Amino acid sequence: MKLLTLNFVSCARKACKSSTSSFPLHPRDAELELVEMEFNPQFLQNMLPKLEWEALQIICNELALPTLPSSTPAASDLFESGGEGSSPAQPTQVARDLHKLLLETTIREGLLVCSNCGHEYAIKEGIANFLLPPHLV
Amino acid sequence: MSRPEDILPPDIYYSSTTARKYTTSSRIQHIQAQMAQRALSLLNLTTPSYILDVGCGSGLSGAILSSTPPEAGGPHVWVGMDISADMLSVALERGGEDPDTGNSDDGSEEGEGEEECQGDLFLADAGQGVPFRAGTFDAAISISAVQWLCNAESSIETAEGRLKRFFEGLYAALRRGGRAVCQFYPRDEGQKRMVAQAAIRAGFGAGLLEDGAGTKAVKVYLVCTVGGGDVAGGDITGVVEGMEGVEVDDTRRRVRRGGEKGMQKGSKQWILRKKDRMERKGMVVKATSKYTGRKRKIAF
Repeated sequence: MKLLTLNFVSCARKACKSSTSSFPLHPRDAELELVEMEFNPQFLQNMLPKLEWEALQIICNELALPTLPSSTPAASDLFESGGEGSSPAQPTQVARDLHKLLLETTIREGLLVCSNCGHEYAIKEGIANFLLPPHLV
Repeated sequence: MSRPEDILPPDIYYSSTTARKYTTSSRIQHIQAQMAQRALSLLNLTTPSYILDVGCGSGLSGAILSSTPPEAGGPHVWVGMDISADMLSVALERGGEDPDTGNSDDGSEEGEGEEECQGDLFLADAGQGVPFRAGTFDAAISISAVQWLCNAESSIETAEGRLKRFFEGLYAALRRGGRAVCQFYPRDEGQKRMVAQAAIRAGFGAGLLEDGAGTKAVKVYLVCTVGGGDVAGGDITGVVEGMEGVEVDDTRRRVRRGGEKGMQKGSKQWILRKKDRMERKGMVVKATSKYTGRKRKIAF
């Protein structure tokens, strides 16, 4: 599962829907893997306003990844400025780093833990198991 | 023809052999690709988007999303949900193979299996809700999956309850102005209505689009829009604006302006209505012509 997706999943239990601590889910015993993906700066720009930067910082901390800047990069940070002429704007290193972090870094094996109810969702071969037993729905 | 929904629940029906057969059948691949293309055109996306694929199965429809060319607004990034673990494992084996080129019957055994599937996969039951925070996705598609929600496998849940949880979860997970297109195979008119009603109750503006209506190969698409934002036309009928060969049949209850009482007595409309009513009663009524309800010439 990509870190981008982890920035959007919340606990599936109905009781956790209203609680703020059901997001983000905390990875435990995670085995990371880099999967190459085509670089798409336009997509990154579209996703920027939707990201929960704080949650991303927490997750990066827990996964022992390099520390992120304290605030969300602005859309203007993704492209080189000054290239407003005929040539299309070139993506910056910030954009490439973000791409690598969000889209190429994936959790292959591990657990996701909800800090509200403590439910553990297993990730196997990159597939998270969000099936709940009927009494928890 | 028997419906797989009636035989077994989806997680058991799509066992490893059925899932493989389903994915490698070139006929199914062709139909699925066609429906995914149609759904994508209904979503009308112009920039690379974050899409939820409900009932993604082996990722046949997801491959279309990932391979959308930049001039058509792609490539999109998708997240898939499916209840069948075997279908998902076939998706992992298939990898990023393109359904249009992967026409060989043993496509899954080829070297491309090494490559990861482009989208993120979730083993989850859509009838239990959609486990994403509010406003996550720009759009959602679902190809041949929603009819599975119309079956409740245990006595503690109902089809209505499952549909309700699914559509409410989907509504919350889509951003304002987002769209969802669900292609499904309804058993009958009643089921079609039940699904559409569930979507409307969850807050969607919903409309049904039928391709090849009246034929055996009819395909039903439920097009849902989330209000606010930039919905074209501000109305569900605006979704198909500019599309060729699509007729809008609006069955929503219209606000009656004045009704029968407000209709001017003696007007052509009033006469036609009265003639119609009398005819239904079995009276002898003269045929309607161009002279019906016309003003007479002024004598002087």
